[in-house]
Amino acid sequence: MDIRHDASVHEPATTPHGQTPRGQTPHGPWPEDSLARVPYWVYQDLDNYTREQRRIFEGATWNFVCLETDIPEKGDYRTNQIGGMPVIVVRAADGAINCFENRCAHRGALIAFDDGGNVQNNFKCIYHAWSYDLAGNLRGIAFERGINGAGGMSKDFKRETHSPRKLRTTSLCGLVFATLSDDTPPIEEYLGTEITGRVRRVLNRPIRIMGRFTQPLPNNWKLYVENVKDTYHASLLHLFFATFRITRLTQAGGVLVSPDGGHHASYTIGSEDAPGAAAFREKDLRSERDDYKLADPSMLDPVDEFGDRIQLQMLTIFPSVVLQQVHNCLAVRQVVPKGTDGMELRWTYFGFADDTAEMNKRRLKQQNLVGPAGLVSMEDGCVGGFVQRGIAEAGDKISVVEMGGDTAESQPTRATESAVRGFWQAYRRHMGY
Amino acid sequence: MDIPRLVELNAAYARTIDNEQFEKWPELFTDPCLYKVTTAENVAKGYEAGIIYADSRAMLQDRVSALRKANIYERQRYRHIVGLPVVLGQEGGAAAAETPFLIVRIMGDGAMALFATGCYRDKVVADGAGALRFAERIVVCDGARFDTLVAIPL
Repeated sequence: MDIRHDASVHEPATTPHGQTPRGQTPHGPWPEDSLARVPYWVYQDLDNYTREQRRIFEGATWNFVCLETDIPEKGDYRTNQIGGMPVIVVRAADGAINCFENRCAHRGALIAFDDGGNVQNNFKCIYHAWSYDLAGNLRGIAFERGINGAGGMSKDFKRETHSPRKLRTTSLCGLVFATLSDDTPPIEEYLGTEITGRVRRVLNRPIRIMGRFTQPLPNNWKLYVENVKDTYHASLLHLFFATFRITRLTQAGGVLVSPDGGHHASYTIGSEDAPGAAAFREKDLRSERDDYKLADPSMLDPVDEFGDRIQLQMLTIFPSVVLQQVHNCLAVRQVVPKGTDGMELRWTYFGFADDTAEMNKRRLKQQNLVGPAGLVSMEDGCVGGFVQRGIAEAGDKISVVEMGGDTAESQPTRATESAVRGFWQAYRRHMGY
Repeated sequence: MDIPRLVELNAAYARTIDNEQFEKWPELFTDPCLYKVTTAENVAKGYEAGIIYADSRAMLQDRVSALRKANIYERQRYRHIVGLPVVLGQEGGAAAAETPFLIVRIMGDGAMALFATGCYRDKVVADGAGALRFAERIVVCDGARFDTLVAIPL
């Protein structure tokens, strides 16, 4: 699938094959013109960061803005960011979901400053009480005709030409996305068949939110997205399973990469003979190192709730959202850039509306495994910062992303960086590199 | 339950963590118990999840074993400043108490930052020997932000 660029963004001349010529970066040619090479300036350069906002977040991409369950009723809204741009996403009277820039057309103040709530029929900017309907249209101007015939707005002021930018929205399995571009293809086409199927696999019925946490990370947003797509590091950086001699009965699994490279789903599969309720086993029951066993393994008592023996599925949707299934611990993680060397990771843990009390407890316990205090993966919180600090004076040097080759196709192994290369394939196309 | 004994328990809790005597931390809880780290916003909305959730002493021990042996993070320690407890009620020998806290994180290079503030919501009971223990300690952080990672319990 070819994702078109936002027509409003200046394009470099294209080749006869319709490809954006490579090597047109502000820092000269992309190293070796290879998906397996990444220059470090992309994590540091402020002009590049600004370009990302225009070409990626405001470009032909679907950006996660909320869950449908966040805004079930008319007038329910959430605020969020698309890259750096603040947005409001709101349920309209007809059940549709609208999204518009959270910026008053008058003086630019935030129209809504809470995380969310309900506004009934209109939003009112607190600064000068300009009001907007649920579609983001400017409807009311305080003292528009002045007071006692004096003051007020000019008679030719046209409200309809003064509104915050409006975005198109779409939903997939309760995930709500927004885009500023007319060129962004329908979400299923955007993701491709396989990744769409992997989203549907997890979000197969109504969900309920279990909690929200924000994790500021001291690194460029792309380092985190790459980390999630990097199936190679899991058993090397994260030592919890190895230390406690807990092993998955099989390590079967692989990584799916969407045709355009931008989206991925990695997975591991339990073996057929594994009893459903005990996908983990202690590797060596007669281990002399009893102190290296878990004293209470109850957080490792997953059930095969999707009926396909897939124990872990990590899925990314370009540019900035992660759908996580680690056994029965389910979460959406949104990546929000905060300058070249910082970001926020916004976690929403969820279960299903029909969870039993037992399943709820199981999810609560398994939530120990991931997140800011995740026993299995807390290292992901610091490793991006280690890269950001490591490359401090190496903007002109390059990173090697060559495990499993130099292409970005799906592979039946996790010892690969194929999905990371896929990210760079999509990134470079959007950025015109 | 008198306030001085609760103050003593809180002081022991803070000292255990700040002096990195993590192995002694689970001993301050009953078994079973409930230890959870969450945020005021989650509590207000009725969301149950925690970034840490343990319902047995053994789960607390496992967290300590993991931070000692498995997890990788930059050298850091905490300084707890714990306020005075307020007893909100007594029921069946258990006291419901609330104590504000402030935690400074000190990194290996000496950089200090305010890491968390909030309120411990506790159920405290006396064990067989008469020593006070947490049957429940819900760490309700004021903010929803957890910087980089939380390896050491709050």
